[in-house]
Amino acid sequence: MSAIRISGLRKTYGDNVAVDDLSFEVAEGEVYGLLGHNGAGKSTTIEIMEGHRERTGGEVSVLGLDPADGGRELRDRIGIVLQTSGTDVELTVRETIELYGSAYRRRRTVDEVVDLVGLEEKVDARVASLSGGQKRRLDLGLGIVGYPELLFLDEPTTGFDPAARRRSWEMIQGLCSLGTTVVLTTHYLDEAEQLADRVGVMARGKMVAEGTPAELMSASPTTTISFELPHEVDPDALLVPATATYEQSGGATTCLIETTEPTRVLAEVMGAASSRGYELTGISVRRPSLEDVFLGLAGERPEGEEASA
Amino acid sequence: MSWPSTLSLLARQIRYQMLVFWRTPVALFFTLALPLFILLLMSALFGDTTVTVNGSEWPARQFFTGGLAAFTAVSATYTNLANVVPIRREEGILKRWRSTPLPTPIYIGGFVGSALVLAFLGAVLMIGVGVVFYDLQVEAAKMPGAILMFVVGVSAFAALGMAVAGMVPTASSAAAVANATILPLAFISNVFIVSGDDAPGWMTTVGNLFPLRPFVLSIQDSFNPFVEAPAIDWARIGFVALWGLVGLALAVKFFSWEPHPSGTTTRRRRRSGD
Repeated sequence: MSAIRISGLRKTYGDNVAVDDLSFEVAEGEVYGLLGHNGAGKSTTIEIMEGHRERTGGEVSVLGLDPADGGRELRDRIGIVLQTSGTDVELTVRETIELYGSAYRRRRTVDEVVDLVGLEEKVDARVASLSGGQKRRLDLGLGIVGYPELLFLDEPTTGFDPAARRRSWEMIQGLCSLGTTVVLTTHYLDEAEQLADRVGVMARGKMVAEGTPAELMSASPTTTISFELPHEVDPDALLVPATATYEQSGGATTCLIETTEPTRVLAEVMGAASSRGYELTGISVRRPSLEDVFLGLAGERPEGEEASA
Repeated sequence: MSWPSTLSLLARQIRYQMLVFWRTPVALFFTLALPLFILLLMSALFGDTTVTVNGSEWPARQFFTGGLAAFTAVSATYTNLANVVPIRREEGILKRWRSTPLPTPIYIGGFVGSALVLAFLGAVLMIGVGVVFYDLQVEAAKMPGAILMFVVGVSAFAALGMAVAGMVPTASSAAAVANATILPLAFISNVFIVSGDDAPGWMTTVGNLFPLRPFVLSIQDSFNPFVEAPAIDWARIGFVALWGLVGLALAVKFFSWEPHPSGTTTRRRRRSGD
């Protein structure tokens, strides 16, 4: 049974095509990560699923309902953690959770919510006094107060420091273990790797790859072998393939070899080095990270955007 | 599981908006404290004098109290909603509510309902102060008419406030529009100063084009010793109601859950989105 079924989804703003013939499904209980640069169409897609945006074309079914007219019934069964949303800072955490909970047919108690998102100590504090990370946890708490069958998380940890991100991941994993289906967008690859059962990579409004993080990584068969090249040694003498690249830093030269036959290349290079009496330092053999795969699929970052992963 | 009842949801929304209002000192000051201060000031300055309206003299306090009660009600509805709704919209609060199963009319009802409650409290406060401290005379026979005009008036001004909130893109400009429309109108609508017989004719003419003057005049008539009970002026009530219906139509047409894309003015937790 699919929690979400999307086929041929299209969204245009004038001449600008934000989402182009997008199709994917999310199974019940699955954590699905939508990955892509800013402007790839992730947020537009998630907002169409939430019922916040109208689509230009295609079929969308969320929990068996069409989000364009799912109305109250749909919003009762889903939880939404928006990228940009606020709460009244004049209220306390307790008042806020009670208030938002009151809109749902089934609702968690305040104690249960603050326990799940780790705001126990702040329950009677005004929202105005919360830190950015605590406000984001309150966002998450309000997303789950109505026992959602399906939770949308739009860039749940953007702007967090590493420690806060780890804590949020643990919290989200805790929620996932309750059996909730989760759809999250992110441009952090480690986040997708950490949280998602399956990942869809979007670029320019299209899905360019889909699978488990492991599948995506094994789809790219190259392995990178690297080591520090000894001074005044000709790479040819070490049988380094001509495709190798070199990086200079601090007077040392690092040799990088991308290969689909790591065993053979490694044996030849190591054999040549040891027979000539060279000791190689900084040897590493690295499988592609999701980031390597992602950059290959999604292409270069759009102009003017800071590195965020 | 059944839905929570509409009435309990609406009551909770009104309580919520009232609570936020009470905890916002600046809103409290401009909506309730400032008109009260003006009443005290006017009464101290002119309390024992008389004003002449349409050839009849009456104690100034009878005049000021009714006018300021009406003005407070307009502040609590029109000015208040045109301020508060766009701020909530820019803070993303409206969009968050739209993510919940709360029906839209109940959410809007919370805003409007709390404004109406506030208008009522403000008017009662003004008249209460007038009665207790300034010997304001309240004629029971005129109260049904006053209440009728009051209910029609605050509903109309609430609708107009929602219309401004929807039509003006940013919170700061919506607040400016609300003040820039209501304050000049107040001066030609008998709120602070009498624009009676000796006022320039154009002032009265312009004042009569807008709903504030008929609203204020009707409430003042309820405290005017020279106007016979029941003091119901159907033409004025109809005129204010008409403005209210126009406001309602505009409010429904232009209501928006999200800020206008071209610019926001207040702190909005905007992060690197697409």
